[in-house]
Order: sequence, then C-alpha cells, then structure tokens
Amino acid sequence: MIMPESTFNPSDLWTLLPELFLLGATCAILLIDLFLKPSQRDITHLLSLLALLGAGVLVWTGAPAVGQGVAAFNGMFLRDGMATVLKLFVLLMTGLVAVYGRGYMRERKLQVGEFYLLLLFATLGMMLLVSAGSLVTVYVGLELLTLSSYALVALNRDSSISSEAAIKYFVLGAMASGLLLYGMSMIYGATGTLDLAKIHAIADFSANSPHRTLLAFGLVFLVVGIGFKLGAAPFHMWLPDVYQGAPTAITLFIGSSSKLAAFGMTYRLLEGAMGGMQPHWTLMLGVLAALSLAIGNVFAIAQSNLKRMLAYSTISHVGFLLLGFVNGTAVGYAAAMFYTISYVLMAGVAFGMIMLLARAGFEAEEIDDFKGLNRRNPWYAGVMALAMFSLAGVPPLFGFFAKLMVLKAVIDAGQMWLAIVAIVFAIVGLYYYLRVVKVMYFDAPQDDTPLALPGDRAFRWVLSANGLALLALGIGWSPLLEWCYRAFGAQG
Amino acid sequence: MHLLSLLIWLPILGAVAVLAFGRQANTARWLSLAVALATFALSIPLWTGYVPAGPAMQFVEQLAWIPALKANYALGVDGIAIALIVLTTFTSVLVVIGSWGPIDNRVSQYMASMLALEGLLVGVFAATDALLFYVFFEGMLIPMFIIIGIWGGPRRVYATLKFFIYTFLGSIFMLVGLIYLHMKTGEFSLAAFAHAPLSTREQAWLFFAFLAGFAIKVPMWPVHTWLPDAHVEAPTGGSVILAAIMLKVGGYGFIRFSLPITPDASQEYAWLVIALSLIAVIYIGYVALVQEDMKKLIAYSSVAHMGFVTLGIFIALALVRVDGNPDGARLGIQGAMVQMISHGFVSGALFSCIGVMYDRLHTRMIKDYGGVANSMPWFAAFAVLFAMANCGLPGTSGFVGEFMVILSAFQTSPLVALLAAFTLIISAAYTLWLVKRVIFGEVGNDKVAKMKDLDAREWIVLGAFALGVLAVGIYPKPLTDLMEPAVLQIVQQLGLAKA
Repeated sequence: MIMPESTFNPSDLWTLLPELFLLGATCAILLIDLFLKPSQRDITHLLSLLALLGAGVLVWTGAPAVGQGVAAFNGMFLRDGMATVLKLFVLLMTGLVAVYGRGYMRERKLQVGEFYLLLLFATLGMMLLVSAGSLVTVYVGLELLTLSSYALVALNRDSSISSEAAIKYFVLGAMASGLLLYGMSMIYGATGTLDLAKIHAIADFSANSPHRTLLAFGLVFLVVGIGFKLGAAPFHMWLPDVYQGAPTAITLFIGSSSKLAAFGMTYRLLEGAMGGMQPHWTLMLGVLAALSLAIGNVFAIAQSNLKRMLAYSTISHVGFLLLGFVNGTAVGYAAAMFYTISYVLMAGVAFGMIMLLARAGFEAEEIDDFKGLNRRNPWYAGVMALAMFSLAGVPPLFGFFAKLMVLKAVIDAGQMWLAIVAIVFAIVGLYYYLRVVKVMYFDAPQDDTPLALPGDRAFRWVLSANGLALLALGIGWSPLLEWCYRAFGAQG
Repeated sequence: MHLLSLLIWLPILGAVAVLAFGRQANTARWLSLAVALATFALSIPLWTGYVPAGPAMQFVEQLAWIPALKANYALGVDGIAIALIVLTTFTSVLVVIGSWGPIDNRVSQYMASMLALEGLLVGVFAATDALLFYVFFEGMLIPMFIIIGIWGGPRRVYATLKFFIYTFLGSIFMLVGLIYLHMKTGEFSLAAFAHAPLSTREQAWLFFAFLAGFAIKVPMWPVHTWLPDAHVEAPTGGSVILAAIMLKVGGYGFIRFSLPITPDASQEYAWLVIALSLIAVIYIGYVALVQEDMKKLIAYSSVAHMGFVTLGIFIALALVRVDGNPDGARLGIQGAMVQMISHGFVSGALFSCIGVMYDRLHTRMIKDYGGVANSMPWFAAFAVLFAMANCGLPGTSGFVGEFMVILSAFQTSPLVALLAAFTLIISAAYTLWLVKRVIFGEVGNDKVAKMKDLDAREWIVLGAFALGVLAVGIYPKPLTDLMEPAVLQIVQQLGLAKA
C-alpha cells in the first residue's frame, strides 16, 4: 500500500532551489579547485562569492509571499519568512568571512580550497537547518554545519592551539549532538512522528498524559543541546577556547553565521515542535539567559586577549538573544532574531578589525595590540569604536535598538526581574567594551608608525561599510525590524 | 521650515566635515567656528519667532521613525527648551573660540566632538518623543567620553570611564521606565506619557527610575562623585560644556518627565528630593570650601548651585499640591529655570577663567597663584565679576534665580527657605576666599608676575559670558517672559492628580 502523503512531488525541488544551486555550485567549485594552482586560489574565492550571491538571489526571488510558508517533501523542508531572513543573513555573513579572511588566510598559508569548500558546505547545512520541518532535517543540517566547522577550526593543523581548540570543539560538540539526538528520540517515542508541526499538534503535556515524563526529559535534552550549540552558560565551556584557538576568519564564521543558524534551530525545535510546553522552556531559557549574561559579562572583564573577550561577550549576547524567547510570542521571536542579526553584524566588524591589524606572523588579538590606534589610523579606530559602542548598547548605534527590542519583549512578558538582570549586566559589559575604546583612543601606541593596511581594497571597503552600517541601521532600523516582524507574522 | 532639524544636524554634519577636511589645524578651527556661528545664528529665530501665546509646542516636526513602535522623529520646543537651546548654541561658539589655542593636538577630532555634542544637546532639548530623547541623551556621552579621555589631565582615563559608566547606569534604569510606559500607552510621545493613567505604585517605580537617570545627570548628592573627577580632568572646553549645558539636561528631564508623568509620586517623594537638594546646597558648599584645586572647587560649587534647581522644581509641587498656591509654584519653577540659565553662564565663565590661568601656568592649585590682579588686571576684573555672580550678588544672574527659589520656598516652609538661604553665606565664603587667594594680595611667585593679560580671543569669550551674566541679572524679563507659558502649563498640570 502506498501512502499518498509519501509521494514524490517534483515541484518540491523548486522550493529547494537555492539549496540545490548552492550544492551544485559547491561541487563544481570542488572540481574546479582541483585544477588550480595555489597562486590561482583567488579564482576559488571569486567563485565561492558568486555561489553565495547566486544562492542569495534565489532565496530572495523565490521567497514565498509575506506571512506564508511553503512546505516541501511532506513538511520535511519549510520555506517561510524566518527562513528567508536567516538564509540571507547567513549568506551575507559567510560572504563577509570569505572577503575578510582572504588576505588573512593567505598570509597564514591557509587560503586553501578546503577553506572555501567547508565554508560552503557549512552554509548549506545552515540553510537546511533554518528550513527544517522535521527532526531529521534538523539533525542533518546541524551535522553538516558542525562537521564542517570542526574541520575549519582545525584548518591550521600545525598550530597546537588550533588543534586543541578543534578537539575540544569536536568532543563537546559531538556530545551536544548526541544529547540533542537522545532528546529527539524521546520525543519521537512519545509522539510517533518526526514532523515538527505534527509533534506540536500531537504532544500532550497535560498532567495526566502518559508521555509527560518522556516529553519532559526530551525537552530538557533539546534545551541542553541547543544551549551547547548557542554557547549559553553553563554549556559555554568550549566557546572561549575555540574562539581563541581558531584562525580569526573561522572565529568570525562560528560567531556569526552559526549563531544565526542556531537561532533558527532553537525556534524550529522549541516553538515549532514543543510550542505546547512553552511555559516550561521559557522558564529554562530564562535561567540560561540570566546565567549567560552573568558569566559572559563578568568573565569578559578579566580577559586581555581580545578574541577571548569577544568570546565571553558572545555568551552574554546569547543571553540577550534567549531573553527574546522568554517572551514566547511572535513579537519576542522577532526581537530575538533582530538581536541576532545586530550581533552578527557587530561581530563582523570586531573580528574584521582583528584581521585588518594582523599581519603575516603576527596576530593582533591582544587588546594591547589596539593601543593608540587612533593615532595610527583614525578611520579604522573609529570603525572599531562604532562596533564597541554598539556591542555595549549605546545609542544611536544599532546594538542599542536591538537591546531595546529585547528588553521591551521581556517587559511585555511581565518578566521585570529578567529585564533588571539584563540591565545590570549590560552596565558591567559596558566596562570591557569601553576598555577597548580607551586603549585605542587614550593610550600611546606601541609604535608610532601609521598602520600598514592590507592591500586588499575589497576587504577595507567592505569592513568600513560594515562599520558604518551599524550607525546607519541605528538611525534607520525600522525596515529591518518590520522585516523581522513580518517574518514571524507579528503585529507591531 | 525645519529649523530644529537644522539646528541638530548642522553641527553633526559639520563635525563630519571637520573630520574630513580638517587635516590642517587651522582649517579645522575656522570650519568649526563657521559651523558653530551658523548654528547660533539659526537659533536666534527660534527665540524671536516663538509665539508666547499658548503653551503648545512650537516649531513642531514629526516624521514616522519606527512605525512598529509608534516612535516618531518628533521635535518641538516651548520657552524652556528654547532658552536652553540658545544657551547651548551660544556656549558652543565660545567653547570653539576658547579652544583655539589651548588645543593643539588632534584639533579636528576635538572640534568635531564638540560640534557633535552640540547637535546632540540641541536634540535632547528639542525631542518630544521619549525614545528620541533617550537616544540623544545617551548619545552625547560618546563625544564627552572622547573629549575627556583624549585631551584631559593625568587621571583622564579613570575620570572618563567613571563619568561614562556612572551616567549610563542611571539612564538605563530610565530606559526600563520608558519601555514600561510604552507598554502602557503603545507609543513613545511625551504627551501620551503625560496622559497615561498610572496607579500610585506604578508612578513610584517610574519616579525612581527617572530619578536614577536625572539625579546622576544633575548631579544631586550623593551621586555627584563623578562630577568633580570629570571636571578636574576634562579640558577647559569640556568642563564648560559639561557644567554649562550637560548638567542642565538633568534639570530639564525632571521638568519634562518626572513632573508631568508621575505627578503624584513626585509629590509623595518631593520631601526626598528637597532634602537631597538642601544637602547639596549646604554640605557640598562646605566641601567646596576646603578644596585646593580651583576646578574641583567650582565643580562642587556647581553641585551646590544645581541643588537650587532641583529645590525650585520640587518645592513647586509642594506649593501646588499642599498649599494650593500656584503663584508660588510658578515662581519656584521659573526660578529653577533662571538658575539653570544663569548657572550656564556663570559656571561656563568660571571654568573659562580657570582655563585662562591654566594655559599660562599649567597648574590649577590655588597655592600656586596669588596676586594675579597685578599682572592680569583685565582678567581679574572679569574673574571678580563672575565670582560675584557665583555668590549671587544682586545685579548678576546668580541673584535672580536663587532669590526666586528662596522666595517660593518661603511660602511653604520658612525652614527650607532658611536652609537654602545659607548658600548665600557659604557660596560667598568659598568664592570670595578663592578670589582673595588667587586674584588679590601680593604676587605669589615669579611665574605669576610674568603672566600676560587676556588676548583678544580670551576677551571675546569672557566678555560674551559677562554680557550674559549681566543681561540676565539686570533685566531678566525677556527670559522669564519666554518661559512663562511653559511654566504656567507645568504648574497647571501639577494640579491634576493622576491616580
């Protein structure tokens, strides 16, 4: 007997077109790269950017109408407003990683074909992940992303720090995947389906439900897995080491694109599948958020390594992101997504600046390497200052409005205590961001020569544009917010 | 005509232009002066074009900013805001002129920060949308942070971090209050906030959220400790802007936010603010007395004088609510406003005077001076005038505001008035003692003997401040007339209970 719902509908492939295009392009680049000499690696670079651009165009042009979603392959794959927004920003951030990382990776002899291919495969995984309509798609997308990421972190295989970071990332990441999978299996056991929407419909969490314990355990494992992937405290242990150990371009990738994907995964799993248990997971996420804010901000103060400081700052930003979920309505998710987008753009500038200052054989990752930058190059000091003030949440920069929206969501939800926690730690956070500004503007430089800028003009222009975007989006952030609202069908 | 937008964005765009074209120090200076003068010239029509007929906001501009939140780019001014905006543009011109010589390092960045600060300050006074207000309110910390941190004294980094974190701390609690009000009303306009129905409890929370923001800005005792540090380390221009205008934002905030939005809570806790103000007036006055650093002395004197502003604002509440005496309340708020403007002139002038001396001897210690009048007679004349204004001598601006506040305080509580009147003695004591030790007497040392009198640039700055001090002191009527409708409206609003 053939189940009518399991028939293959060829038109589903159109829904999947951006992903199929990216897959095809990646495979083509894989082959082309084989025939390129190391000196011709820029061809791979350009082709990769074109592939990302092409995928972005396809995502944009084929996007379903506002407020509607298209499901393909019997609901395994969803193409809705949130997926469109997240995919576009994932592609954008991956493109930034490639642009920023070109000179940096070349100077370290890491501009190899694998760098681009792994980036593209990871991007594909993220696109699947944010479009996932079933537990299987979630897991497949996640594994494609994380396996590529492990390899990327280990790319600098001669560096013991990099290798250590990669091993840590791999072991802890694999454990997190395992926990997630375990949770999924419990939920499957309780509901008998892998489809997220069906789980949402079927899962019975009433007090006399026979599956109550199973579902509760499944939910806890899901939250733990998500916490690991996002880097929320107390599951954050891998994050500082990986951020510090990975080549900076890869750190940027893990800190930006993957965070967008992790946001998408969180939404799909918690709201998409376990929406019926919202009161329970909002409480868990509230605790994770408060812990992340506290640990991230307090530990960041003690860091002298900028990458490590930004790692702890990421943990605190993940806390803010989770606060958006605590609201538990479309407005809250929109605020959380808005926050994630703002964070990845700011991270782009911060890590981009680290790569800008780095030279062959020299990593500019200590905070002291930024000493007196204002005297050596006022323009890029200004760009970095924009990023730092924005991360700290000072108006009129973008980061402030993202914080504003999340705080509003939290206060709307009546969780005043979480808002107060967020604010207290925002003030703690202010200190270490200001310290970077202080070092750049008020300290004397270690050497007074003007900054030797990399010759890569595209890198410098894009980085400057990225920094100015923080200011521009701080003044005109309304369209982006509306877009996020529409993605979740939220009423403003 | 978008006059207010012009006043906000002209200096900010000017700052960008100075950064872009000001590679030569003199280009940066002249360009900044041109921008500051143009902004000042444009702010005059604000005063002359203001129609004092009604209390409504004038020069209104409104643009949808974030439709999803119903937050607007909404500007509008009444007499109070106009007075403060003109004070801002006026002082900014003098700051640019005053920094002409003393700032010789990274001139374009300094001038650009000053111009950006000017634009943001005008924005604070012109915004009628709470979110927009907050953006300007916080945004102005960034240029001031840079100004103190780069061009400040030896402990500048400590002072500027303290300044930034302290003020950020207060205002972020205010932000929570604003978000809460947004939740209640669905929009961010101040007018809607003023009409929001709030229970007594809600008002109390909001009142303290606003108090946290504005008390630190004013600053009131006991959250004033950032101010002496910031003042001592800031370059002269930074001190002038800080004392003359930035502190006024706190007082302005009380009038725009606390009084109309939380009138009942303001009444309930008026005793607290009045008590803190009196402590500021008396205790901080004594603290000023023992200072050895001139800038620190003036900084503490600023705290004491700003105590009169908060006193006047909150004594008005007691007068309206308890005594049913709107005339007295009018006097109190009017006095607070005159005191703000007057203190803008006087403190700006005093910090400029210290700057003049500091440029010559590179010390701010009182003991390093003595008998300056012998080598700098013109300077001494100005300095004594401003010192007299600081102690509230009749005929100077300092007298008018303090007298009005004391007079209104007397109508509700002679005891409060008596305590407040102590300031006349204390401020006379520390100011005159300062004058005696620095300006008069025998020439203290050889260096003082060699000090050159004012140059043309310093003449312009001090002369302009002196004109302001005397104008407000001798004939304050144009100023009070300008603010009258707005003050009357506030007094009328105070009479209406909310809860």
